[in-house]
Amino acid sequence: MEELKKTPLYGNHLKYGGRIIDFAGWALPVQFRSIIEEHHQVRRAAGLFDVSDMGELDIRGPQALDLIQYALTNDMSTLAVNQVRYSPMCNHRGGVVDDLLVYRLGEDHYFLVINAANIEKDYNWIRDLAGRFPGAKVENVSDRVAELALQGPNSEAILGKLAKTDLSAIRYYWCQQSVDVGGVRCMVSRTGYTGEDGFEIFCSPEDAPGLWDTLLEVGDELGLWPCGLGCRDTLRFEAAMPLYGQEMDDDTTPLEAGLGKYVKFDKGDFVGREPLLEEKRTGLRKKLVGLEMVGRGIARTGYPVLKDGEKVGYVTTGSYAPTLDRNLALAFVPPGLSEVDTAVQVEIRGRGVDARVVKTPFYRRREQ
Amino acid sequence: MMYPKEFRYTKTHEWAKVEGDLVRVGITNYAQEHLGDIVFVELPEVGREVKQGEAFGVVESVKAVSDCYAPVSGEVVEINEALADKPETLNQDPHGEGWMVVIRMSDPAELNNLMDVAAYEKHCEEEAH
Repeated sequence: MEELKKTPLYGNHLKYGGRIIDFAGWALPVQFRSIIEEHHQVRRAAGLFDVSDMGELDIRGPQALDLIQYALTNDMSTLAVNQVRYSPMCNHRGGVVDDLLVYRLGEDHYFLVINAANIEKDYNWIRDLAGRFPGAKVENVSDRVAELALQGPNSEAILGKLAKTDLSAIRYYWCQQSVDVGGVRCMVSRTGYTGEDGFEIFCSPEDAPGLWDTLLEVGDELGLWPCGLGCRDTLRFEAAMPLYGQEMDDDTTPLEAGLGKYVKFDKGDFVGREPLLEEKRTGLRKKLVGLEMVGRGIARTGYPVLKDGEKVGYVTTGSYAPTLDRNLALAFVPPGLSEVDTAVQVEIRGRGVDARVVKTPFYRRREQ
Repeated sequence: MMYPKEFRYTKTHEWAKVEGDLVRVGITNYAQEHLGDIVFVELPEVGREVKQGEAFGVVESVKAVSDCYAPVSGEVVEINEALADKPETLNQDPHGEGWMVVIRMSDPAELNNLMDVAAYEKHCEEEAH
């Protein structure tokens, strides 16, 4: 077997008893205790995740904005310094190359957080596009950045014990650079992938192991647990946050994936604009919906969705949803079957099991 | 060790407890630990004939879907209905309350194909490496 890549926190995961799996070539913990217990702990208290496998691209220069405006579907021209914004990035057919977060760190300085499995693909793609924008310099800084995600309602109280800054001043989808967190210089953003309040903390790889231990130490009395990829997936799934490779890919457009609000046709030219406009005119081929299993069974990734015995779609993610105690799925169906309450079936081990279309997100936290 | 001495075991991590001409069947502690939180159990209908080594049911954890294989051939005469509402019983008490089916053996000689506890523990150790 190929040697797995290790994050700077690999030693910490072993120390805390993480069950290590191969996650797209990375040795990462799927769980420390149980996936369901960790899931509940993040919803009621807090969880700490190692997301150092994520990639980071640094884009600078007088044409940095021009490049990302052309590469991404969302509009970054209105992004303030220290603001963060989500965007799909499309290929010339309108398919999704990746979905990512853009941090504006300075006048002409942007920082893109991209999916671990797509680092090389994204870097090459953006570098190619940068050929048109000589005033933009793109650097892959993934190996120089570690990332921890602190998620859950107690996150602010926990991080507040260490961070020498007023965290309440960091609003949702904003960041603060150069925050002293227990003696470690970090960038802290109020973002995450769990549907809960929380922070993503960027630091140097050398500082990450100590920071991980310190956070767990001070967070213990507020219920902070180390958490694995398993509950990260069930948490993001309940919040109906899309996962690259499942809800979207190079052959799926952001409009199909329900990400239309992150496609700004009026901002000027961008890669994928024409095919996406065309799709808007002619109608979607498929649409992402939420499903609830009515019959007994769990829909899984790739299972066929049936209508009157015919295969009409497929499940992108399906799972038992721990907070809701229901079996739910995200699935692509023809737009004509996307209305809430539409009856369909999911084929599970050769049998059609009743399901119905439901609203997403499945879970939404109560506003503070 | 935690594996009952009187049980027989399969390589696919089912246990078999012989009760006269009946065999009570479940998955082992090793299996439930590897699967993690079990959230769904699918069992056969009573009356179904199964062959040794044939899949008779499915256990699903949060992340995995796993077939369960019959340790012996015969007729399913009882299923553990309680698992439908409490699949987590398989995590909590895999060798007891978490039993899955009872099979009336058609060929008791098949029991010789199963492992005793010592062989099974060795098998688990080997698989863990």
